[in-house]
Amino acid sequence: MEKKYETAIGLEIHVELSTKTKIFCSCPASFGEEPNTNICPVCTGMPGTLPVLNKKAVEYAIAVGLGTGCSITQYSKFDRKNYFYPDNPQNYQITQLYMPICTKGTLEIETKGGVKHISIREIHLEEDAGKLFHDQETHSSFVDYNRSGIPLIEIVTEPQMENGEEVIAFIKKLKFIIQYLGASDCKLQEGSMRVDVNLSVREAGIKELGVRTEMKNLNSFKAIERAIEGERERQQKILSQGGRIIQETRRWDDEKGLSFAMRGKEDAKDYRYFPDPDLAPLLISNEWIEEMKERQPEFRTEKIARYKREYSIPDYDIEWLTENKYLADFFEKTAELCRNPKKAANWIMVETMHLLKEKEMEPKELKYSPENLAKLIGMVDKKVINGDKAKEVFAHMFEQNTDPEKYVEENGLKAVRDERILQEAVEEVIAGNPKSVEDFIRGKEKVLGFFVGQTMKVLKGRGDPERITQLLKERLKEGL
Amino acid sequence: MGLLNLTAVQLSAKIKAKEVAVIEALDAALEQIEKLERHIHAYVTIDWEGARRGAEEVQEKINKGELKGLLAGVPIGVKDNICTENLLTTCSSKMLKNFLPPYSAQAVENLKKEGAVIIGKTNMDEFAMGSTTETSAFGVTKNPWNEEHVPGGSSGGSAAAVAAGQCFFALGSDTGGSIRQPASYCGIVGMKPTYGTVSRYGLIAYGSSLEQIGPLCKDVTDCAAVLEGITSYDKKDSTSVLRKDKDFIKDLKENIKGMKIGIPKDYFGKGLSEEVKEAVLGAAKELEKRGASLEEFDLKHVSYAIPAYYVLACAEASSNLGRFDGVKYGYRAEEFHGLHQMYKKTRSQGFGTEVKKRIMIGSFVLREAYYEAYYLKALKVRALIKEEFHKAFEKYDILLGPTTPVTAPKLGDSLLDPMNMYLGDIYTIAVNLAGLPGISLPCGKDKKGLPIGLQLIGDCFMDKKVLQAAYAYEEARGRFVPCIDEKLKSWHS
Repeated sequence: MEKKYETAIGLEIHVELSTKTKIFCSCPASFGEEPNTNICPVCTGMPGTLPVLNKKAVEYAIAVGLGTGCSITQYSKFDRKNYFYPDNPQNYQITQLYMPICTKGTLEIETKGGVKHISIREIHLEEDAGKLFHDQETHSSFVDYNRSGIPLIEIVTEPQMENGEEVIAFIKKLKFIIQYLGASDCKLQEGSMRVDVNLSVREAGIKELGVRTEMKNLNSFKAIERAIEGERERQQKILSQGGRIIQETRRWDDEKGLSFAMRGKEDAKDYRYFPDPDLAPLLISNEWIEEMKERQPEFRTEKIARYKREYSIPDYDIEWLTENKYLADFFEKTAELCRNPKKAANWIMVETMHLLKEKEMEPKELKYSPENLAKLIGMVDKKVINGDKAKEVFAHMFEQNTDPEKYVEENGLKAVRDERILQEAVEEVIAGNPKSVEDFIRGKEKVLGFFVGQTMKVLKGRGDPERITQLLKERLKEGL
Repeated sequence: MGLLNLTAVQLSAKIKAKEVAVIEALDAALEQIEKLERHIHAYVTIDWEGARRGAEEVQEKINKGELKGLLAGVPIGVKDNICTENLLTTCSSKMLKNFLPPYSAQAVENLKKEGAVIIGKTNMDEFAMGSTTETSAFGVTKNPWNEEHVPGGSSGGSAAAVAAGQCFFALGSDTGGSIRQPASYCGIVGMKPTYGTVSRYGLIAYGSSLEQIGPLCKDVTDCAAVLEGITSYDKKDSTSVLRKDKDFIKDLKENIKGMKIGIPKDYFGKGLSEEVKEAVLGAAKELEKRGASLEEFDLKHVSYAIPAYYVLACAEASSNLGRFDGVKYGYRAEEFHGLHQMYKKTRSQGFGTEVKKRIMIGSFVLREAYYEAYYLKALKVRALIKEEFHKAFEKYDILLGPTTPVTAPKLGDSLLDPMNMYLGDIYTIAVNLAGLPGISLPCGKDKKGLPIGLQLIGDCFMDKKVLQAAYAYEEARGRFVPCIDEKLKSWHS
C-alpha cells in the first residue's frame, strides 16, 4: 500500500525597512547609487568606529510586531553573529538572537481550505550585508558596501503551513501589513523582501516533524510555489524509497525548476553569538508601545470588510483598490467628496492606472488631489462636461493638479446645453448629409453613430452625446 | 631642560603668558626624543612636521586669544590604538602597519580643540594585549628609570614618554589596568575614568565593555585637566554618558577631612612585595593624617576577577579583531590562492603570538557548546564583583591599595612566565569589570629605585572624589622627583 505524507512549512522572511538612513550610521539607505557611495567609516567596519541605533528602524519593527499580533519585548538586546565573508565588513553581523524585539505573533490566513492561524515565533532587527561582484575574466571580486547596514527585520514563523497556497496567502497577508505601515515596499524581485522556505515531509499520522531543508533564492510567488512543490516531491520520493533527508540549505534554480544543495549541517557554522558590547540594551516603554498602537493604520482585511459595508462597488474593485494603501486612501477621500464611489473607483482603476503605467510612476507620486478628482466627477455627473472632455481635463489635471472647474471655464469646455444651438447643429448635419438620411430611413440604423459624431464635431466636442442622440432620433423620424 | 620639568598646566600657563612659545615647548620635547628614543623607544611614529605645523597653528590661535584652556600649546603623545586623522595608527601591529585613519578619535578631537599639539603615536602591546609593551611588533619600550626593566603595558610607550620628558602628557587606554599599571611602573599619574566618561569612538577596540581612554600625566592636577579636556558626551558612542560634573579641576583641592577610605585586605595578600606594601600603607597613613578615616574590609570574589576578565576580554577581542582580514585596509598577505587562504595567511602573518592566543581563547569560550560554561559564567562573576564594590561604596568613599603587586619586572621575564604577567593585573582588573574610576600615582621607590604606585578607586561617576583623594596625597607626599632629573646625566654620557 502506498504511504501518505504530510508537509510542514515554516518561513524566514527578511524585509528591508524603508528608513531614510542605515540602522547603525547616518548614511542614506537609498538604492541604485554608484557602488560605495553611500558608505562611511561605520558601515565599512573601520577600526575604532561604533554603531548607533536608528530609532526609526526600531519603530518600524515595533509597528510590524503590533500589526502581526506580537508582544513587544521591552528589554531587548543586540548580538553579534561572527563569520568571515567579505560582504560583511566587520566580519560579524549585528542581529538579535537572545532577545528579539517581537515574539509570539499570529496571522489569520484564508485559503480554499478555510481560515487558519499561523504563529509567528519572532521578529528581530538586524543589519544587511554588502554585495559581492565576481569578475570571471580577471578572477577578482569586488564588494559594494552601499547595502551594508541597511536595516532588516527577519520574521520567523512556526512550521504550520502545509502547502504553497497557504504560504502564498501568509506572505501576501504579511506583505500588505508591512506595506500599509509604510515599513517596506516588500518587493520580492528586487530583494526588499526575501523568503526562505523551511520544509519537511513526514508520514501521515506521525507527530514529530521530519528533517527539514532550507530553500533560498526565491524571487517571486511563482518561484516559491514551484520550489515548495519541487522540494515536497523530492523529499517524498527519498522517503518512499526508504532514504533519509539531509538537513541542508538548498538553492532554488527557477529556470531549471530544480534545487541544489548549498551547504549541509556538517559544515554548519558556529557563529559564536554574544551580546554586542557597543550597544546598550534597547528599552521600549509602555508609552512608546501605546503611541505606536495609536499610529497603527486600518489594515487591508478590515478595510475590505468596511468597503463591503459602506460602498456599493464590486468585490473586484474592493480587492483591487485595497492592494495599495495609498490608492485606497485616495479612493476613500474622493468617494467621500463626490459621493459617487463607483465613478471614483473607475477613475482610479482605469484612467489613473493607465497614465501611471504610461509614465512609469508609482501611485505615491500622484500629483493631483482627491478634491480635484471629486470635482471632475461632479462635473460629469451634473453634465457640465461630457465624458470625452472629462478625459482631456483629467490628463491635464494628472500632470499639473489643475483645478478642473477653472480649467473647463478658462478653456470653454462646458457642454452645450442650449437646446436652440443643439437643434441648429442637428439641422446643419442633416442638411449636409442627405444620403445618410436616406440610409437611415431605409433602416440602416448604424448611421446614427455617424450623425452623432458629425454633430459633436459641429459643437467642437462639447455636446452631450445622449441628448444629441435623442434629438437626432426625433429629427430623423421626420426625414429630410 | 627647564621646560621639561614643567607640568602640562604649568607649561600652558607660561605659553599663554607669552613667556614660552609653543614651538619652544615642542622643540624641548623633540630634543628629548632625539636624545632618548634610542634608549627608550617610546614612540612608534613621530610626526616631526605635523607637530611643527600644529604648534604654529596653536600659537596663532593663542595669540589671537582664541585658545585659553588649561592645555593650550602643550605637546602630547597619543597611544597608537587611538585614531588620529592622517597619522599612522598601527596598534603596534604588523596588521595595521600602514593604516592611516580618515578620522580622529573623539578624545583626540577634544584635545585638539583645547590646543594640544600631537608629537606622535606611542608604543604599546600589540592591540593592547599585554602588560609590558613587549608584544609590540615594533620593538620593546624600556622603562626610563632603568632600561633593563619594562615600562609596563599596554600603554607603556605613553608612560615612558611622559616619565622621560618626551611629551608633557599622553593618552592611553585601560582595558584591565593598561593606564594605571604602566603609570605605576614609570612613576607618573595615570587614570582610568568611569566607563562611559570618555568616548570610545576612534579607540581601536580590544575589550569594548571594559576599556576607557584616559590620561598619563606628571601630576594629579594635569590628570584632572586632561580628563576634563577629553570628557564629552558623544552621540557616536552608544555607551557614552553625559557627565554634568566634568569640572574636575574646580573641586580638585577639596578638603578630604572625614573621607572614608576602605582598604581591601584582599589587595594585600599573597604575591604582594613587602616594599610595595609598606609604601602603600605609608601613603594611607598620610591620608589619615589629613583627616581621612581608614578601615580594612573584605572585598569578596575579587580573586575571580582575572579569569572572568580573560574570558570576557578575549571573547570581545576575538570578535572585535575579526575585521582585520586583508579585504579593506591594513596588511594583506602577498601570496594566496582564494579567499580562504587570504584570510588565513593575512591573519597568521599580521598578528603576533599574544594576539593570536587571545583570539583563540575568545573564539573557544564563545563556541555554542561552551558559551554557558565560560562566557555566561564570567558575566555572572562580573555581576558579583560589581555587587561587592557596590556594597563597599555604601561604607567607603574611596578604596585604597597598590596598583601592582611588584615594581617593574625585568625585560623578558614576563614573556617567559605569562601566567605571572596575567596575575600582575590582579589589583587593576576588577576596576574595569565594575566600570569604576581608578588612579595610580607614585608613592615611593623600591631598593632598585623603581617607582611604586598607589591605587585609589572610586564608585561609578565619583571620578572627582578619586582625583581629590589623589591630590590630597600628592600634597602630603611632596614633590616626586621625576626620572629625567636623576637619569639624564647617565644618558648624556
